[in-house]
Amino acid sequence: MTPKTFNVTLRVWRQPGPGQAGRFVEYPAPGVNPDMSFLEMLDVVNDRLAASGEEPIAFAHDCREGICGTCSLTIDGKPHGPHHGVATCQTYMRSYREGDRIVVEPFRARAFPVIKDLVTDRSAFDRIQQAGGFITARTGSAPEANDVPVPKEDAELAMDAAQCIGCGACVAACKNSSAMLFVASKVSHLGLLPQGQPERDRRVLAMVQTMDGLGFGSCTNQYECSAACPKLISHDFIARMNRDYAKAIFRSAFKTEAAGAEG
Amino acid sequence: MAKLDSRIPPGPLEEKWRSHKASIRLVNPSNKRKYEVIVVGAGLAGASAASSLAELGYRVSCFVFHDSPRRAHSIAAQGGINAAKNYQNDGDSVHRLFYDTIKGGDYRSREANVHRLAEVSVDIIDQCVAQGVPFAREYGGLLANRSFGGAQVSRTFYARGQTGQQLLLGAYSALSRAIAAGGVSMHTHSEMLDLVVVGGHAKGIVVRDLVTGAVTRHAADAVVLATGGYGNVFNLSTYARGSNATAIWRAYKRGACFANPCFTQIHPTCIPVTGDYQSKLTLMSESLRNDGRIWVPKKKEDRLKPPGSIAEPDRDYYLERLYPSFGNLCPRDVASRAAKRVCDEGRGVGDGGLGVYLDFADAIGRLGESGVRERYGNLFDIYHEITAENAYRVPMRIFPAVHYTMGGLWVDYNLMSNVPGLFVLGEANFSDHGANRLGASALMQGLADGYFVLPYTIGDYLATQKPGSRPPADAPEFTQAEDSVREATRRLLSSRGKVPVDHFHKRLGHIMWQYCGMARTREGLGKALVEIPELRAEFWANAIVPGSGDSLNQSLERAGRIGDFLELGELICRDALAREESCGGHFREEYKYPDGECRRDDVNFAHVAAWEYAGDGAAPVRNVEPLNYESVKMSVRNYK
Repeated sequence: MTPKTFNVTLRVWRQPGPGQAGRFVEYPAPGVNPDMSFLEMLDVVNDRLAASGEEPIAFAHDCREGICGTCSLTIDGKPHGPHHGVATCQTYMRSYREGDRIVVEPFRARAFPVIKDLVTDRSAFDRIQQAGGFITARTGSAPEANDVPVPKEDAELAMDAAQCIGCGACVAACKNSSAMLFVASKVSHLGLLPQGQPERDRRVLAMVQTMDGLGFGSCTNQYECSAACPKLISHDFIARMNRDYAKAIFRSAFKTEAAGAEG
Repeated sequence: MAKLDSRIPPGPLEEKWRSHKASIRLVNPSNKRKYEVIVVGAGLAGASAASSLAELGYRVSCFVFHDSPRRAHSIAAQGGINAAKNYQNDGDSVHRLFYDTIKGGDYRSREANVHRLAEVSVDIIDQCVAQGVPFAREYGGLLANRSFGGAQVSRTFYARGQTGQQLLLGAYSALSRAIAAGGVSMHTHSEMLDLVVVGGHAKGIVVRDLVTGAVTRHAADAVVLATGGYGNVFNLSTYARGSNATAIWRAYKRGACFANPCFTQIHPTCIPVTGDYQSKLTLMSESLRNDGRIWVPKKKEDRLKPPGSIAEPDRDYYLERLYPSFGNLCPRDVASRAAKRVCDEGRGVGDGGLGVYLDFADAIGRLGESGVRERYGNLFDIYHEITAENAYRVPMRIFPAVHYTMGGLWVDYNLMSNVPGLFVLGEANFSDHGANRLGASALMQGLADGYFVLPYTIGDYLATQKPGSRPPADAPEFTQAEDSVREATRRLLSSRGKVPVDHFHKRLGHIMWQYCGMARTREGLGKALVEIPELRAEFWANAIVPGSGDSLNQSLERAGRIGDFLELGELICRDALAREESCGGHFREEYKYPDGECRRDDVNFAHVAAWEYAGDGAAPVRNVEPLNYESVKMSVRNYK
């Protein structure tokens, strides 16, 4: 039984390079199979463009199974498309009907400049991680793994936060382009574990300050971020990070030297 | 002929690694900062190596083609990581993990390397926990385990169905720390397009910036490749679309031997193919085989009936029937071939007849839907997104797909290739999994190589290189390599054909899957060896690569990688043809027992085949490294 194919029209953001003017261009996408993924549909459109010598639409993708965080399309105004809890690559054409017009844009945010067409530069996330998104544990120095028990509830909650794939949908969904959900997920993941305690204050201060410095906006508690998150990471982690941040600021005021001299 | 000295340390197997570490050369701490080390790739092996080397004091430059080191495909590994902790008190030990891995690899891996892997497995778990990897835990707060194929103990550590993600994020966090501390200089969007060999030693690479198109040279005292496997030569696979063989293939063409290229793994539990537009196949973790039961109808005429309407006596739980002691947890190669056989018999389910059921009805009866959801919820969600079917209600349909490559660049015990100064880690090398890899062992090997092997062994090489002796990046060898990269790019962009490059990838994939997939024959491989060169010629004559070379050009990136796959595919088939036996994932129809199982030929093929490049158009040279088993007795694998 072959599924019935249908036709849609794409309105795609084309931009030749960083800082250059972009515009929407319409492309027909005939013969769409409902079992195709959204990216496979774009593959087919690109194949036709390439065959006619036209430059295909650049879009970021890699694993195509919702875990690498590379794919990053805003589809009809929604980061990662119409569905809840999935990445763009897990969006299937069965969600569309004959004659649909679909608007495809990059993730838009000041801190994510466009590289080309639908591909953006999200290296700001790496810089936030480098500021403190780690536990210092030199290779070879670790104690026996079961020496420090971790309550199951804490481990599970840490895992809920740790699932973040670093795609940036939270930023694209936020009217302020805030990266609070991304940062909160890392801060919470490490801060919930006993191994993360020694650097807890230093981590949250450094990551939040770096985030602010990179041009991400503030959180105004509307939670579009969690709604767009392909891993459905809860905005409760933002509240948790705010508490951590306040405590860290308070404690650092009473410290005689800067928190966490290089060790 | 290449010189292949495996440099396996003398002494009893259990003592080799300890005595080797105690006797290899060291680089003194104040000299380490005088050495530049290039690491290509930042998956589990690359990120763990780069951060660990930087912690030691080496100056590290790390190159990835991704936009961030967090994207490497290690991130997609679902099920878990093995370690011989014996937390379950079920009789596990370093020896048992070693033995299971050797046996699982069908006696085609190197004993000493595998024993070391089992030894350091326990350190990996300690290291990852210290980094904050949120492994699954029991109510008392201690670490939990699950079972995996090919083992009768429970030794797999996991973080829900996202173990690879959590381990990679752990390694990425260590790498991020090293970048911030200035120990690693990170180059994203940077694809290695050539290896530079000076005076017979690997001393640098040539890189293309994928965003600006700039081609640059980078000199170093040693080069580490951790660039993953080459399974995308089959086009459809569980690999990420970007996974490619270009770095290892260009190194091969600069003299590094390519070992056992035909040892490719077909994973038994993937979501079946639906159409020719398809870009990838999605894995359903092997951990599902802990609780799911695999079956097909006994009668052909039942294959399109709704599975719920097929009564229990009319179902064939063929793995439980054929392999009662391992059942649904037999190794991947065995499970994949069994699926192929029942489908060949016309009993495969789903539209195309290429599928078998993976049924959770019993598990749901035993654990409740919530119990199954807790263990595998995200996998059921993935299945639902792709197929629009609810696997809590109807069984999953699965079929084997290309998943991993055991073959790779040849390395010695120090993980150094036959080109001195070139080290190869993780899936990119060949050493630990023989002809078949057991589940939850890839993550183990990647991290073992990067955290606990290379940091020791690279010193043994660097100690022979005087500090400051590395050649400058304007040496003639660098100029020649850069020129050849520019020429290759120009040639691709100037192609005036009409056919987009992906078409060639698809056609290559069809050839590889048909003739060099789950079952191989002399005749089929012979056909492939005619068709692949023809396809390659057509690629260079008829491909079209739109756009320019001075900005992001994804067609150009793919064209270069497909060009390499079109050469590598031929080598894989050549290796499969030369290996006249069946072992692990390499199944030759001519060599099997009456019950259909693999018939190895230990007299003639208990060796590693390491292929040496002999120039374009010339037949590569097949070098041989004999495999000497001192500790394990080679026997016919039995999972019955």
